Amino acid sequence: MSAIRRLRASAKGWGGVGAMVVACALTAVLALLPLRDARGSGDAGLGGPGAARVTYATAEDCTEPEKKSPAPSTDESGVTIEKIKERGYLIVGVDQNSYRWGYRDPNSAKAGGELEGFDIDLAHEIADRILGSGRPDNIRFRAIPTNQRIPAIQKGEVDMVVRTMTISCTRLEEVTFSAPYFKTGQQVLAPRSSPVGGYDETLADQRICAAEGSIALETLRNDKADGDLPPSATIAEPVPNQLDCLVRLQLGEVDAVVTDGALAASQAAQDPTVELKGRPFTTEYYGVAMRKGADDLVRRVNRILEDYRESGWQESYEDWLSPTLGDDWSKSLPPPPDYR
Amino acid sequence: MTYTPKAGVGSAAPPTQAGPSVPAVPAAPSRAVRPSSTVSTVSPAPSSPGGPGEPPRRTAFAEGLDQLRAAATTEPGRLRIIGAALALLVVAFGAVAAWQMADRSAAADDVLGSSQPLSVAAADVYRSLADANTAASSGFLAGGQETPQSRDRYERNIKEAADGLAEAAAASEPGSSSARTVAELGKLLPEYKGLVERARANNRLGYPLGGAYLRYANDKMQDEMLPRAERLYKNENQRLRDDYDAATPYPWAAIGLGLLALGTLVWAQRRNYRRTNRVLNHGLVAATAACSVVLLWLVLGHTLARSGLNDSYDHGVRSLNVLNDARIASLKARGNENLTLVSRGAEITGDGEDKFDAAYQDEMRTLSRYLTAAADIADDKAGEAPVEAATGNMEVWQERHREARDADTGGDYQTALDKVIGTPDKKPTGECFDAVDDNLKKALTHEQNEFREAARDGRRAMSGLPPGSAALAVLAAAGAVLGIGRRLSEYR
Repeated sequence: MSAIRRLRASAKGWGGVGAMVVACALTAVLALLPLRDARGSGDAGLGGPGAARVTYATAEDCTEPEKKSPAPSTDESGVTIEKIKERGYLIVGVDQNSYRWGYRDPNSAKAGGELEGFDIDLAHEIADRILGSGRPDNIRFRAIPTNQRIPAIQKGEVDMVVRTMTISCTRLEEVTFSAPYFKTGQQVLAPRSSPVGGYDETLADQRICAAEGSIALETLRNDKADGDLPPSATIAEPVPNQLDCLVRLQLGEVDAVVTDGALAASQAAQDPTVELKGRPFTTEYYGVAMRKGADDLVRRVNRILEDYRESGWQESYEDWLSPTLGDDWSKSLPPPPDYR
Repeated sequence: MTYTPKAGVGSAAPPTQAGPSVPAVPAAPSRAVRPSSTVSTVSPAPSSPGGPGEPPRRTAFAEGLDQLRAAATTEPGRLRIIGAALALLVVAFGAVAAWQMADRSAAADDVLGSSQPLSVAAADVYRSLADANTAASSGFLAGGQETPQSRDRYERNIKEAADGLAEAAAASEPGSSSARTVAELGKLLPEYKGLVERARANNRLGYPLGGAYLRYANDKMQDEMLPRAERLYKNENQRLRDDYDAATPYPWAAIGLGLLALGTLVWAQRRNYRRTNRVLNHGLVAATAACSVVLLWLVLGHTLARSGLNDSYDHGVRSLNVLNDARIASLKARGNENLTLVSRGAEITGDGEDKFDAAYQDEMRTLSRYLTAAADIADDKAGEAPVEAATGNMEVWQERHREARDADTGGDYQTALDKVIGTPDKKPTGECFDAVDDNLKKALTHEQNEFREAARDGRRAMSGLPPGSAALAVLAAAGAVLGIGRRLSEYR
């Protein structure tokens, strides 16, 4: 706080224009406080813009994270695939709370309510291609919470995560992604009667919900700090799963939900009184996440994905997602992949 | 005083009856003074009291004191004083004994009739809430439509919780912390029920939203309702403990007064013997006997009552508390075991463990601790057997749970589900939980009977003590007065 006070004191000396510059710097300083802390407080007035450039520099290093996957291959002699083949089944981290992506239909004819959905179809496809489709027990699912996706991969508890997981630069530092298999973007979900019209100034005075460890929460926090969100909009206590946001919304504890459009559509499908508001305000791609260094597996999965785009993807979309996302599958199919 | 007319008859008139002489302490020496003083009080009264020249009137108390002092110089006077003191002591002894024992037996009544049943009611609220939550999660695991058994169990427990709350509300003092807790629970119960209904409705539609609602309802139960129910239960147990503490201490004031009265009676008889060489004074002997009976009755009766009540606490209440705690721990463990499968890893603790499995492990440790404690406290075969059986069930439960967890973490959900709620041929943990619950219920019934018997015995040992000691004390006082009066009559 003393740094800010000193900053204000120096602002008086700079005059009107100077004050504006310092005000901008102050916003940046507040947003990037941890970064700034390492520096001396003496150059605080000038340090702000500099620090901002530093963060965006990392972002510049990594543009288009969806194009950072290794090229596809059919080779199955790598250690990772070898181990999976030896074990006899693939362990896949999935969600069980995402309607039509990965969920358990309690009324399903299948015993015990097996997991099903678009992500589950893809996981089955991968397991069938690597281990052969003859055996139904070639795959084991593990339901994992949003904020445990990366730790589960790093600790080797799962071979891969197929769980509406957005390919992002920060995540690329911890895991390797396949080529994108789905295109979506962050979107706002609110009751039909709500004044909220999208990710804009209509969010003023609204309480917004997002899941812990989600891109949505990251985006919200950054935008709140940068002042891109109306200052009166509050981010509610994060919940373990995006679906918990719909519970809070129905109970009137929050006013709007921010999540991937694909998942927001799943939520809207479970409650006809809510709807997606405005256009998606980001473009994101879902990818299959695997351990860093398991390039043999990633290449193999990329090969499987190439084929899946040709046959299987569209059928699965029509089975699961047409009712919630609309019949036009082409806007959800990512462009032909580029590899690194 | 009523005796003034007699004084007019003259000093020679012998007091015919010794009986009513008790309050007549100042009578003897006042005879000479009385007539004049009567005149002096009567004559100036109509005109002007304390007219000029007359000495100021002394207070009645000062006059009485003088009279008493004068009386103490003559033997009949002394006898009158002794008689009065004896009567006073014995009556005081009886009164204090009656009062203290009435207090204690009222507290013992409370133990038997109000605070213990209330403590049971509070334990029932606590248990039925935990049970309802467990039933809700079991029903959920079964699929879109819950089984009739799990629905019945859930509804029954909700009803029992509501009944228990109504009972606790009627019995708690307005404004007390128990009353507040009951009111809060009364508000939370419909909220919880609403959440479970939403979970069911969504589940029936096949929406995963149902599972999210169930987890939310569970949080409400675990974080807001069960801690309050536990507080209520602890409060009621404290109240029960307080009633015990009021019922069991020895009535020392009464015992002290009794000893003093007996001592004074013995002293009076010794004095009598020394002065007259007569060994027995019937009145005083009767008074001594009555006092001794009261004192003995008081000490023996209370000792008996106390041991009965302490028994009912040590073998009843303590066992009941531990068994109730064990039962609640097993219910919570079961609820968490179910939720592990409902949530399937949707929530993780700080250490990266499944939130519900960690909670299950915690509750199982608690259950094991309480079962060990219950086995230690159990004092007979009938109490031990069900606790031992429950311990055995718990061990099998833990074993089967490990198998279920291994299957689940290995990705074999169906096997895990069968191992938890499956049919008996799948050897599910549900069987073990039911067996633990049944055995604990058996043990609770047994201990409740033990409590009731011991407490009733204790209560019975006290009954009759308050009126009995009062009546006997009156008899003793009469005896003392008669005995002294007999001696006094020899002076007439």
